[in-house]
Amino acid sequence: MSKKILLEHIDVPGIETLAVYREKGGYASVEKALKTMTPDAIVEEVKKSGLRGRGGAGFPTGMKWSFLAKPEGVARYLVCNADESEPGTFKDRYLMEKIPHALIEGMITSSFALGANTSYIYVRGEYFYIIKILEKAIADAYAAGWLGKNILGTGYDLDLYVQAGAGAYICGEETALLESLEGKRGNPRIKPPFPAIAGLYGCPTVVNNVETIAAVVPIVNNGGDWYAGIGIGKSTGTKLISASGHINKPGVYEIEMGITVEDFIYSDEYCGGIKNGKKLKAVVAGGSSVPILPAEMILTTANGEKRLMSYESLADGGFATGTMLGSGGFIVMDETTSIVQNLHTFARFYHHESCGQCSPCREGTGWMEKILHKILDGHGTLEDVDLLWEIQRKIEGNTICPLGDAAAWPVASAIRHFRHEFEEYVKNPAAIKDVKHYHNMHKLATA
Amino acid sequence: MSEIKFNDETLALVQSIIKRYPEGKQKSALLPLLHLAQAEFDGWLSAPVMDYVASLLNIKPIEVYEVASFYSMYNLKPVGKCLLEVCRTSSCWLRGANEIVAHIENKLGIKDGETTADGKFTLKTVECLGSCGTAPMLQIGADFHENLTFEKVDALINDWSNKTEHSKYLDNSTFRKN
Repeated sequence: MSKKILLEHIDVPGIETLAVYREKGGYASVEKALKTMTPDAIVEEVKKSGLRGRGGAGFPTGMKWSFLAKPEGVARYLVCNADESEPGTFKDRYLMEKIPHALIEGMITSSFALGANTSYIYVRGEYFYIIKILEKAIADAYAAGWLGKNILGTGYDLDLYVQAGAGAYICGEETALLESLEGKRGNPRIKPPFPAIAGLYGCPTVVNNVETIAAVVPIVNNGGDWYAGIGIGKSTGTKLISASGHINKPGVYEIEMGITVEDFIYSDEYCGGIKNGKKLKAVVAGGSSVPILPAEMILTTANGEKRLMSYESLADGGFATGTMLGSGGFIVMDETTSIVQNLHTFARFYHHESCGQCSPCREGTGWMEKILHKILDGHGTLEDVDLLWEIQRKIEGNTICPLGDAAAWPVASAIRHFRHEFEEYVKNPAAIKDVKHYHNMHKLATA
Repeated sequence: MSEIKFNDETLALVQSIIKRYPEGKQKSALLPLLHLAQAEFDGWLSAPVMDYVASLLNIKPIEVYEVASFYSMYNLKPVGKCLLEVCRTSSCWLRGANEIVAHIENKLGIKDGETTADGKFTLKTVECLGSCGTAPMLQIGADFHENLTFEKVDALINDWSNKTEHSKYLDNSTFRKN
């Protein structure tokens, strides 16, 4: 059974409006928090809930909040990361488009908990139509007294603003996002200091993903223990999964953590199985950065147990046989997919998106793209496959921010699990032509 | 060339946007202002336009250039009236993005990154736009066109052939006047 918390009212006509959102109990968490709870009590509930960052890193949200420095007389900021750019991920866009007030309510309640009086939602610039939706929702929230001075007569003031990005994946990294919000290039900062100590304008700052902020609403309404009772083990609550690729029903699904991967792919409630009756070949389970796994490994752990949609189960076996939940960007590939060609789109992506600060990433991502291009052009050698492996190994762990790792892992996992495919292309370039021919001729014919 | 200056309505909006940030942190308004400038000044950012934005924020022109050249949505060269941005990353590739690009190239007689001779269309392939579940897709201005087929692409091109305005990511009603 699907468990809908964030998306409970997604199908209610007009739920994007303040009036209908209120009818369905919207903004109750703001009333409860501002009138009956202390900021510390809210942080405590979020800690108890076990909520983990939904942008990809999975860091416990309550703990992140508790690190926030509170020097006397210094402003604190809450910044929402809506720079959703991890290939395969489109859940935040869905949430903001369909239920914008869920994010705004979460921002108010969370800002109160953190003692922030000015908060920002940083939205990727490509989502300008979403920015328009959020701006309208914020204007309505101001008019109804949920934002501005002396909210609900409690003496709490909050201003909430939307900031537009301008096309840069790296701004999803929290310190790059803060640089961008300050009107600069999105170059990640060296940590420490962490944003909790010195973030926006050098002030203590918390940066949280859209889905994380939205989850604070039901946690405050129903209590941390209630939320912790949903899900499995340390993967509490629900997760929005963006499902794409060769499946019958692409889309955003809210799942209770702990359902099996098999169920998610094949059940009609979710992806509805592989398109055109084809067989499953591979899955990228958590956005482009996480290791790709062949069908048998994504469905079953090395111990022979069914793999579950949870932080722990997806990571079971480490990178040798496992992967990561990441952002929940779930990309499914059927038996006809060329893993090398798919990897080339990822390598090109990371090369394009590297900010250029650290040489291993700036140079390495370019070389990986070039070598993959060479192999796909029919001029690859077996040494090229080893060189790809060496380059990714030298990027991983050697950069200021995690983009380097994110660029390395897809290459490493593709070689680890599909080395035979690289070698086939090297030894028999005609095989590449067959694959490219297939893609050219049949992809849209079956659309 | 006419004087580079925002119209009065945009200037009022600029002042409202600057107020979103603390005193002395007006540089934070740079990205939104560059978007407004691109929308008002023919879809791209010339050096004089960037200098004008620098003057509005009381920052050095180099602070604007280094930002404008970092982000992919700012065009530093003129583009066609209709900028077709086609996503090509994994999920879109899996569902036919390469074929969409080839179709547009054939139909318009241009390659990726080029503009048609009549200045109507520019084709640009871009990285993941967060439309993976509705792939393949392309963006024109703020609009996402999803689950593309050749027929849908043909209809869009036909539609834009007759328009005179520039495709835009935003207009003066996008940002709230606080």
